[in-house]
Amino acid sequence: MTDASTGTTALADPDGPAPAGPSARGPRGRDAVAYLRYGAGKLLGAAVSLFAVLVTSFFLFRIIPGDPVRTITHGRAVSEEQLQALRRQFGIDKPLWEQFTQYCGQALQGDFGNSYQLHDPVGELIWNRLPATLLLTGTAFVLYSLIGVWLGTRSAWRNGGLGDRFNTGLSLTLYSVPSFWLGLMLINVFAVGVGFVPGMFPTGLMETGDGSTGLAHALDVAHHMVLPVVTLVAVGYAQTLLVMRSSLLDEMGSDYLTTARAKGLRDTLVRRRHAVPNALLPTVTLLFVNLGHVVAGQILVETVFSWPGLGGLFYEALSIPDLPLLQGLFFVFAAGVILMNTLADLIYPLLDPRVGR
Amino acid sequence: MTTTDTDTRTKDTPAKSPRALARDRRRRSAARFWRQYRTHRAGLFGLAALALFVLLAVFAPLLVGADVQSVTKAPGLPLEAPGSEFPLGTDKDGRSMLGLLIWGARFSLTVGFLAAALSVAIGTLIGITAGHYKGWYATVVMRITDWFLVMPTLVLAIALASVLSRSIWTIILAIGVTTWPTTARLVRAQTLAVESRPYIERAKALGGGHSHIMTRHVLPNVMPLVLAQTTLVISSAVLTEATLAFLGLGDPTVTSWGGLLQDARDSGATTKWWYVMPPGIAIALVALSFTLCGRAVESVLNPRLGASR
Repeated sequence: MTDASTGTTALADPDGPAPAGPSARGPRGRDAVAYLRYGAGKLLGAAVSLFAVLVTSFFLFRIIPGDPVRTITHGRAVSEEQLQALRRQFGIDKPLWEQFTQYCGQALQGDFGNSYQLHDPVGELIWNRLPATLLLTGTAFVLYSLIGVWLGTRSAWRNGGLGDRFNTGLSLTLYSVPSFWLGLMLINVFAVGVGFVPGMFPTGLMETGDGSTGLAHALDVAHHMVLPVVTLVAVGYAQTLLVMRSSLLDEMGSDYLTTARAKGLRDTLVRRRHAVPNALLPTVTLLFVNLGHVVAGQILVETVFSWPGLGGLFYEALSIPDLPLLQGLFFVFAAGVILMNTLADLIYPLLDPRVGR
Repeated sequence: MTTTDTDTRTKDTPAKSPRALARDRRRRSAARFWRQYRTHRAGLFGLAALALFVLLAVFAPLLVGADVQSVTKAPGLPLEAPGSEFPLGTDKDGRSMLGLLIWGARFSLTVGFLAAALSVAIGTLIGITAGHYKGWYATVVMRITDWFLVMPTLVLAIALASVLSRSIWTIILAIGVTTWPTTARLVRAQTLAVESRPYIERAKALGGGHSHIMTRHVLPNVMPLVLAQTTLVISSAVLTEATLAFLGLGDPTVTSWGGLLQDARDSGATTKWWYVMPPGIAIALVALSFTLCGRAVESVLNPRLGASR
């Protein structure tokens, strides 16, 4: 819900991009220049945001109490010299500002240091876990976008009817359910099996690990993915539905729809060719903005289902605290949101000529 | 109410004080608001459910007593199935689930209300000032807001909750500090709309200062929007609180719904339905009720939204 309003208010920003000054070139050239200027501004803003995220990621996790060196060596006999050596190895014996400049310099080269616990480079760890997260997020995202848009359209078109009330009611209810709880319940019913329901869908990791390849392997992964995807879709499609519904309702009273009907077009055609394309605009923006947040929001679902993705990695890193890994993950999560926002900003004027000119 | 109403009318008809006039107007608009709100069935349902939860939370000490939370005085066996003695069974320490659930309502609602109050207060303050004072102040503040908007809220809240000591205030702070930007943006847009109206110019011409315009003219006009936003923020705050508690970042000394779920997961008792189902349903019900109220308020303010009735 909150995200939904973010999307719409971002669009309603009255201080939006200033109109470009008059130009000697033709209307098309002027448009292109205006768009380039608009795009450059957005890209610059994104770069500033990225840097701010970098700074935040460094300082936020430095203030976590607890000595990572002690956590790692927990339960083993280590001398003070060894502890010092470990600290030197991690680079946390230097003053804070020196660590910071070093961190920024390395991060610009894509180097986030080595994980304290797993000893591998953070970039590599994140890179290895990224496909699992992208697979899960991507599938869930495509599904709930389609379901949300479809149901939202139906709801708005038959506004106030039984179907509308049922759809909005159900989506709001599912939206209010904590994702981790829904995940636990689904595991109970469909993975463990309850009563007459057999344990149909395996969970935990992505694959059974029986060394199958090709199609069998793909099927195995798909089988493991069913429950996490269902959880993400169930909790997430309400936002798309509600935004699609309200933006279509906004269009419903428009004159051009009356005109279309007056031409004698069938109801389905009026909806599909005229109303829906216009109502899709705000929904598309929201979807992009959400896509960025979805990756970060999966932490819970990945933890519950032991899905080997970034969310699970974040949860593991939090308990050490594994500073380089946390920094890297935080940066990746925030960068994802910034990337998607910028993409939405850049695509939007192409979809809707009123924006960015 | 009605008698005093007629009294004042008969006595002060020629010269009614501006204060009384304003009070009358406010009462009338509140009544109008309620009349329209009443037509939203979902909103009424939400309100009724909330009233029930608030009553349960307030009277928890009378209903079940604080002893239900004590592990040492636990009356039952661990993980007893629901029966005549324990309508919802017992948890891993043999405490009554029903009692724990009622106590959990206290914590979840408190966190929800306070976190939302903090978040909305920050958001309203920033939104109104950013809309009122244009120039560098607005630019800087809105850049900060945008920066907070791109931060993954949950990740930031988790980081803050793990940085600070484990207590209820940490959770309230973590939620409040991470969720205000949405409100700030909404309120700023509304402030800009209000400030372009002629009566603001009139107030300025009559010598109204910045604080007069912001508190007397802009604030009352953004309040309805803020009210709708608050209920929505409470709903997400309740969910975030449960999430943080489930991740083990909550206050271990109090009973909360998310904490109960964490206990269930840590003790490997997630298959015991009476342990896992009730807290989740309670969280979902409270979050849903606030959302329904918020949507009803929104559609009273903006009938074009056409929220389902």
